[in-house]
Amino acid sequence: MSESIKKFMFVNTKAPYGTVYALESLEVVLISAAFDQSVSLVFCDDGIFQIANNQNTEASGMKNFSPAYKALGDYDINKIYVETESLEERGLTLDNIMALTYEDEDDDWAEKSSIIPVTRAELADLMDEQDVVISS
Amino acid sequence: MKFTLLINEGPYQHQASDTAYQFAKAALAKGHEIYRVFFYNDGVNNATRLAIPPQDDRNITENWAALAKEHELDMVVCIAAAQRRGMLDADEAGRQGKDADNIHPAFRISGLGQLVEGGIQADRLLTFGD
Repeated sequence: MSESIKKFMFVNTKAPYGTVYALESLEVVLISAAFDQSVSLVFCDDGIFQIANNQNTEASGMKNFSPAYKALGDYDINKIYVETESLEERGLTLDNIMALTYEDEDDDWAEKSSIIPVTRAELADLMDEQDVVISS
Repeated sequence: MKFTLLINEGPYQHQASDTAYQFAKAALAKGHEIYRVFFYNDGVNNATRLAIPPQDDRNITENWAALAKEHELDMVVCIAAAQRRGMLDADEAGRQGKDADNIHPAFRISGLGQLVEGGIQADRLLTFGD
């Protein structure tokens, strides 16, 4: 399978608990890590809320699966694009986003942020470079 | 061209499965290849063999089954999404100690790796759903 490395981009556009899309998208992302492909994630529109800080689902009876995003770095998934317009439109800043990090093996395992803020226009260019874009 | 189709919505509630079916039919008629059809999210419900739509309506599951038979399509239902929604084949029902199964034999149950592999092998992966 390693003969072809493709660029996979998972685009998350929906709030985390109103529907099952966010949870089931994360499940695909974690599986994709086993295939040695180039994997990136995008959070835009209400998808921003999937990686918001301090999620508490106790009152709603939903499972809070947000801690799982922190494991992405261990799966070598360290390109996490956050669309800046989506943040602004919701009155949020990068301070409201979870600190998702990875350890850079090419830099003595230094801990680095996986979060890459991008504008809507930059995101369009990034999407253009992908082989597979799966959005939900 | 070689396509993998991803269907994320259930039958009748949403047009995604119908659109994917029409696309698959048209693509095959033009000589293209469908590498795999993968059913995820509520899309797994397209695989039920127990649906009884009104007689003057289309039968989505049987449409897929007939197309799969004609073209030897590989139609895969995500096991994790299926289990969550009570979609089981006979093997899985036995393993889980359930007294019934409902997956149409034209479909097979497998893991999400089949979706990723479908994306790797195909020239295009097309998503049908919201």
